Amino acid sequence: MIRELTSIFVAGYCIFLLVLVYKLAQGADAYGNLMAALKSPSSVTLHLISLAFVLYHTITWFNLTPKILVLYRGEERIPQGLVAGTFYAGWVVVSVIVAWLVLGV
Amino acid sequence: MMAETMKLEIFRYRPEKESEPTFQTYEVPFLEDWVVLDAINHIKDEIDGTLSYRWSCRMGVCGSCGMMINGVPKLSCAAFLKDYYPDKILVEPLTGFPVERDLVIVMDDFMTKLTDMQPYIIRKEGEEKPLEEGEYLQSPAELARFKQYSMCINCMLCYAACPVYALDSTFIGPAAIALGQRYNMDSRDQGRDARQELIASHNGIWECTFVGECSAVCPEHVDPAAAIQRAKVSSTVDWFKDVLIPWGKKK
Repeated sequence: MIRELTSIFVAGYCIFLLVLVYKLAQGADAYGNLMAALKSPSSVTLHLISLAFVLYHTITWFNLTPKILVLYRGEERIPQGLVAGTFYAGWVVVSVIVAWLVLGV
Repeated sequence: MMAETMKLEIFRYRPEKESEPTFQTYEVPFLEDWVVLDAINHIKDEIDGTLSYRWSCRMGVCGSCGMMINGVPKLSCAAFLKDYYPDKILVEPLTGFPVERDLVIVMDDFMTKLTDMQPYIIRKEGEEKPLEEGEYLQSPAELARFKQYSMCINCMLCYAACPVYALDSTFIGPAAIALGQRYNMDSRDQGRDARQELIASHNGIWECTFVGECSAVCPEHVDPAAAIQRAKVSSTVDWFKDVLIPWGKKK
């Protein structure tokens, strides 16, 4: 039930991203106004809540992957930790690339 | 000293007597080693012989005694009174199914779905070995790949736990799909294509939203939710194969 309820925030954030792209297409002023509105305490709080729930979904989903991706090397099953670990490693790599692009470090 | 007792509030429905279900409370002795089924058997034998319910083995093998115990689908032979004492225990028939009488549900829907899934080894035409050639052999590693899914005792707790089945009973449901997957993964079986029509149908795996409650309540740790997700992966691979290499279609 927690997954179902918290997914509302995940879906909400997807809609927010679409709005962001829409405002960007409308021009610098529209985008700038939205960015200014996002700095309000209520917006920051909502973003933090969404971040927590997205992290919750990411972690619970990655932990479930070994149940679905049952892989074998010959007759030996590839350890569940390795399957989930690959997803976590991919997550870290993608996050580092995104951070590098956004922060320009 | 007075012997300790416990109360059970039990769902009653006698269609010849009442149009709506009612609840009846019974007081039973509390014993450390009693399970809910022992208490219900005590009621049937000593207090009220009109109470109807299904049971058989008393040891979590037959899958007959599934009930909602305090709202959770459980085998009543595996639910100890001591885990609820001293509170009253609410006992109801499995949710999602029509009630025939008291705690007895109508299981025709599940039986039809199970039969439709063809949960037995299917060989392709002309590939069935003559009896005199003996059995189809299988290595322990091949057995290990599907063994977990073969442990299902058809108790239907997973159906009672499934919110999708509760909303739409046309969903084929956890146990039937898990058993289909069990045979699909069996190295001796060649019937995947025959089952795929049902498994990948509108009422099959794609109805499942992976809530996971079926696996949480499964007394045999079959993990039907995982079986369904694995069937989704296989069906997706099938689809990509069909799109990317249409000339490679199986006859």
